[in-house]
Amino acid sequence: MLWEVDIHPAAGRVDREGERLVESARAIGVALTGVATARGFLLESQALAEADARRIAERLLADTVVEHAVVGRVGGEHLSTPPAGNGRLVSVMPKPGVMDPVAQTTEGAVAELGYADVRVGTLRKYWMDGVDASGAESLGRRLLANDAIEQLVVGPLRLERLHAGSPYRFELKTVTILGLDDDGLMRLSREGQLYLQLAEMQTIQRYYADLGREPTDIELETLAQTWSEHCSHKTLAGRIAYRDENGEQRFENMLKETVFAATVELRRRWSEAPDREDWCESVFKDNAGVVRFDETDNVCFKVETHNHPSALEPYGGANTGLGGVLRDTLGTGLGAKPVCSTDVFCFAPPTTPDEDLPAGVLAPRRVMRGVVEGVRDYGNRMGVPTVNGAVCFDDRYLGNPLVYCGNVGIVPRDKTHKEPQPGDLIVAIGGRTGRDGIHGATFSSAELTSESESVSGGAVQIGNAIEEKKVNDVLLQARDRGLYTAVTDCGAGGFSSAVGEMGEEIGAEVELASAPLKYEGLSYTEIWISEAQERMVFSVPERNAEAFRELCEGEGVEVCVIGRFTPTGKLTLKYRGEHVGELPMDFLHNGRPPVVREATYTPASRDPASLTVDDATSDLLAILASPNVASKEWIIRQYDHEVQGGSVVKPLVGVGEGGPSDAAVVRPKLDSRRGIVIACGINPRYGDLDTYRMAASAIDEAIRNCVAVGADPARIALLDNFCWGDCEQADTLGSLVRAALACRDLSLAYEAPFISGKDSLNNEFSFMAEGGEKRSIAIPPTLLISGLGQIADVANAVTMDLKRPGNLLYAVGETHGELGGSHLALVRGAAGGEPPSVDPLVARRSYAALHAAMSGGLVASCHDASEGGLAAALAEMCLAGGLGAAADLSALHDDRVCALFSESNSRFVCEITSAQAEAFEAAMAGVAIQRVGHVNAEPTLTITHGGQPCVRASVASLDAAWRTPLGC
Amino acid sequence: MALPRVLVLRSPGANCDEETEHAFRLAGAAVDRLHVNRLIEAPALLADYQVLCIPGGFSYGDDIAAGRVLANLVLARLPDALRAFRDADKLMLGVCNGFQVLLKTGILEAEDQAGPLATLTWNDHGRFEARWSYLAADASRCVFLRDMDRVEMPIAHAEGKIAVRDDAALAKLAAGGRIVLRYAAPGEAATDELLPFPANPNGSAANAAGLCDSTGRVLGLMPHPERFVDATQHPRWTREPVEQPGAGLRVFRNAVEYFA
Repeated sequence: MLWEVDIHPAAGRVDREGERLVESARAIGVALTGVATARGFLLESQALAEADARRIAERLLADTVVEHAVVGRVGGEHLSTPPAGNGRLVSVMPKPGVMDPVAQTTEGAVAELGYADVRVGTLRKYWMDGVDASGAESLGRRLLANDAIEQLVVGPLRLERLHAGSPYRFELKTVTILGLDDDGLMRLSREGQLYLQLAEMQTIQRYYADLGREPTDIELETLAQTWSEHCSHKTLAGRIAYRDENGEQRFENMLKETVFAATVELRRRWSEAPDREDWCESVFKDNAGVVRFDETDNVCFKVETHNHPSALEPYGGANTGLGGVLRDTLGTGLGAKPVCSTDVFCFAPPTTPDEDLPAGVLAPRRVMRGVVEGVRDYGNRMGVPTVNGAVCFDDRYLGNPLVYCGNVGIVPRDKTHKEPQPGDLIVAIGGRTGRDGIHGATFSSAELTSESESVSGGAVQIGNAIEEKKVNDVLLQARDRGLYTAVTDCGAGGFSSAVGEMGEEIGAEVELASAPLKYEGLSYTEIWISEAQERMVFSVPERNAEAFRELCEGEGVEVCVIGRFTPTGKLTLKYRGEHVGELPMDFLHNGRPPVVREATYTPASRDPASLTVDDATSDLLAILASPNVASKEWIIRQYDHEVQGGSVVKPLVGVGEGGPSDAAVVRPKLDSRRGIVIACGINPRYGDLDTYRMAASAIDEAIRNCVAVGADPARIALLDNFCWGDCEQADTLGSLVRAALACRDLSLAYEAPFISGKDSLNNEFSFMAEGGEKRSIAIPPTLLISGLGQIADVANAVTMDLKRPGNLLYAVGETHGELGGSHLALVRGAAGGEPPSVDPLVARRSYAALHAAMSGGLVASCHDASEGGLAAALAEMCLAGGLGAAADLSALHDDRVCALFSESNSRFVCEITSAQAEAFEAAMAGVAIQRVGHVNAEPTLTITHGGQPCVRASVASLDAAWRTPLGC
Repeated sequence: MALPRVLVLRSPGANCDEETEHAFRLAGAAVDRLHVNRLIEAPALLADYQVLCIPGGFSYGDDIAAGRVLANLVLARLPDALRAFRDADKLMLGVCNGFQVLLKTGILEAEDQAGPLATLTWNDHGRFEARWSYLAADASRCVFLRDMDRVEMPIAHAEGKIAVRDDAALAKLAAGGRIVLRYAAPGEAATDELLPFPANPNGSAANAAGLCDSTGRVLGLMPHPERFVDATQHPRWTREPVEQPGAGLRVFRNAVEYFA
C-alpha cells in the first residue's frame, strides 16, 4: 500500500514557501496571484492501514501547533485539491536513486513508532494561482525542479510504488581496445566517458596487447579515474615548454618546479638556520597540507573546487563540495578534526536576464542561491563554522560558476602520518553505495556543454551531512583509540581512487559484492567507481576489526570489510569470488605517459587607462555598491560562524556587527589562547592584464589580510587553487604558468610556504549560438590564494572598525599609479591600465614592523586597502565603527585619483591613539607610513588631496551604498 | 563536596556538545558526553548525573522538523528515566536544538489536554540566521537564570520561532511565569509587544527566547550561552569593555551552584 501524507500550514499560518515562490516568479516577470504549498511523505508498506498512516502523520510528521496533515492513498482526489483558490498542482520529487536524507531519517523514525519496513519517499507540492497548466509547468522547471536530480509532476500524482531498483545479473564485461586505430581509441575515450587523451589510450592499448587480452570494463574505468586530470593533475604536473617575453623555459613537472620547489627551498633554509624552525609537517602529499600549531597539535588546510557539479545542480554541487573537503580534513594523517571552513564563489551577475542565457545554463540568481544554501546546509549540520569567504562576479562565469570550499582541521602531532600495513583489512564506513556521482572524476576534467546536463546527470550528488557527522564522530574516537593504520576519503573516483591510493605501495584485493548498496542493480564497476558521498576507507589491523565495528555500529554508522591490503603489488578486483579485474599498482600509478604541452605568454597591451574623476564621492559610493565589494551579510548570517565556540574575530565586525573583517581568527582549542587566522586573496580582474601580477597580488592580499588582524607574518601557510580555461590552448596554459612562477617567487620572498593546492582546468562552456555556430565562454584565469596564519595570543587580535574619535589615521605602504583592473576602472567601464605589482621585500619589512606594533598593543584598528583603494578602506572603517574621519591623501600620490583609488598592494590604514602615535611611528621605522588624518565623532567621511575636497559623504550614505543587495 | 555530574547527550547531528562540555567544566562540573544509543541501552546510567543537557546541533539532520526525531526517540525509549530524573530535584537544560527536543518531548510542560501550547518553528524570514541577540532574563523563576538580568548571547537557528497555539496558550504560559528569557532591544525594557527584526530575530511570540517548566529546573532556550564563556567570543570585544569570563557562563555556574 502506498500512502501519502501532505503537511500543510495550519489555517491562519503563513505559507512561507508559497510566498517565496510568488516572489521568485515576480523576479522573472511572472505574476502569480497566490501559491499554496505542502510537504509530502509517501509511505509504502504491505502492512500499513490508513489509521497507521494517520497516526504516523500526527505523531511524527506534522507539528499540530502550526501544521495540519492530509492523508490518503496516492492519487486520491483530496490530495490534489487546492487547499485554497484554484491553483494548478505541480509536485517535485527526487528522481529514483537520488539521495533523500529526509526519507532515510523518516524510515528510521517510523520504525521507532513501531512500524517495521516502511519505505519512505518525499515530495514538495505547489498549487499555483494565476497561470495555466503549461505556465505552471514552465515555472516549475525554471524555479522549482532541477532536471538533473528531480522530476516534476503536473497534476495529480500517479504512482504505484516507490522505486527500489531491480536485481543485478552478473556478467563480466570486456572492452575491445586491441586493433582500434587512433580515431577508434578517441571514440572509445569519449563515448565511454573516459576522457583520456590519445597517448594515454595508446599506452593502455599497448599494455593489453602485451598481455594478449582485452581489458575488462572495470580495469579501463580504474585507469581512467586514476589518470584523470582531476585525480592526477597531469597537465600542471606535466612537461611544459613555456615561452614568454624572457625567452623559453622547459619544465619536466611544472608544479613541482615552481610552487612545490619554493616550499622545498624554504624548508631547507629553515632546517639549516640554527635559529629557525621548519614548521611544515606534511606538504603536498596527504589530503591536506599540515603545519605545526603548538607543542601537541598540528593544523591542516585544504581548499577544493566543485565547479562542474555546481553548474548543473548548484545546491547539490556546493553541498557535496563542502562535504568533500571536510572529508579531506577527516582523511588527513590519521584523521583531523574540522575546525572552520572558508568558501569562495565566482558567479555571473545575478541580475543577468533569463533571456540572455544560453541553452543548458541555469540563471545566475538561481546558481547563487543554490550554492549558498548548499554550503549552509552542509556546514551548519556538520557543526563546522564557515568563517571566511569572498564572492566575485564576472559575466564569464555564466556557464561555469566557481565554488571553492576550504576547511582547516586540527590533528595531534603523533597522529599526523599514516601508513597502511600489509595484511590490514580494507574497511569502508558511512553512506551506502549507489549510482550517484558515477564518472565525477572524469566528467570534471571535461569541458561543459549545453548537453552536459543530460549526459552527466549521474555525476551530480546530493549530500547527507548527518551521515558525515556520524562518520566524523566515530572516526575521531577510533583514531584516539589507535584502531587503524591509515584512512582516506572516498572522493572523486570513489573506492577506485581511495583503495588505489592507499594500496599503492602494497597491493590490494577487493570483493565488490561486500559493499552495502542503497538499492539493487549496481554492476561491479558501478560499485567501484560510484562517488556516493559520506564514505571513508580505513586500513584496519585484523586484531582491531571487532572493536572498530562495535564503535561504528554503536553510533549507527554502517561498516563493512571490502577487502585486504595484500602484499602483491597488484590491485585485484573480485565480484562474488570471480576475478573481474587486475592491474599492477605500478602501471596504475606510474604507467601514464607524461602530458606534453606548449605554453606561451604574450603580455596584454597596457594602454594607460584614461580615468578622470569629477565626483570622487559618487565613484566611491559606486565602488562600495558594486557586488564584489558590497556587504555579503545576506550570505554570512546564513552560515553558523560561531559553532565550536572558537570564534575570536568574526566575518562581520564593528558597532552594529556590520563591517567587513579582513580575516577570521579562531581558537581551535578552547583551553588555549593561541589562534589561527584564515584569509584569502582573489582578483581575476588583474589577470586580464597580467596573470603574474594577479597571482602576486592574490598572495599579497591573503598575507596582508592575515597580518591585518594580527597574524604573525613569519607563520603564514598558503594554498593555491588554479581555475582556468582550456589548457590545451598554449596561451591559456601560458597564462597559468606565468601565475605559477609568481607563486614560486612570492612564496620564497615572503617565506610563506605553499602546503597544498588544487587545480580545475577546462572551465569553459560551449553552446550553439543562434545561427548554429559553436561558441565557447572561458572563465577568466582565476587564482584563489588562501592563507592560514597563526596568532600567539588572540587577545592581540585587531579588527577594522574605527574605535574612538580623536585617534590618528596612518596609511601604511607605498602607493603607485596602479589603476589597471581596479574597481574604479570597473565602475567607470574603463579598460587597460597598470595592474598592481608587489615588492615583497618592502612588504615583508612592513608586515614584520606592523605585527610588532600590534603585539605591543599599539594599533586600535587596521584595515587592508584592496578593491577601491585607500578611499574604500577608509569608508569601510567608518561604516564599521559608526564614526567619521577626515583624511588628506596628497602624501600618498601626487595624482588625486591614484591617491584615492589606486589598488597598490601591501597597504593598510591603521588607527592609533594619539598617546601611542610616537611609539607606533618608532615601531614602523624604515617603513613607508603617512599620518593622513584622524577619526571624528561626527559621522562624515571627508577626503581631501592637498586641501582640495575630493570626498564628502555621511557614514549613513556609505553604509547604505555598501549594503546594496546582491540582486538575488 | 563532589562536583555535580553533568551528562551532555550526544546524538547523530548534535554538534555543540564539546563547547557545552567546556562551559560546564569551566563552571566547575564533572562532565561526560554520552551518545543517546548508550543511554537507551542502559537508562539507569542517567541516575548517576545531576544535570542532563541536550546540546545544540541538528539531531537527525532536523529532518521532518527540528528536534522532532530525537524527541520521538526519547519519548519512546526513555520516558520513565526522564521523568524520574526530573522528579529527583535534578536539572535539565536544552540549548537550541536541545530546546527543540525538550519542547517536543513535552518535558517542558507546555501542553494541556488539547495538545501542545507552543512549538518551535521556522524563523519568520524563512532562513537560518546567525547573530548576537540582546536578552532579558527573569531570574526569579528559573534555576539556570539566577542573578541574571540583561545579557547578550548569539543565536544560530532556522527553526527558532516560538509559535503558540493561540492567544490563550500564550496567556497560560505567561501567567505561569514560564517565559523566562526574552529578546529585548538594548537599553529598553523587556516587552511582550512583538519587536521588529533583528531585535526579535525570528518572530517569536512575546519575544520569547526561552521557556522553563513549572518547577524552574528545566530550561530550554534558543540562544547559545556556551558561546559566550570567554570575552573574546563577544562580537565587539575589540571595541567595548567585555568582562572575562563571558556572561553566558552564569547559566552553567547556576546549575553547578544549585548542588553546592
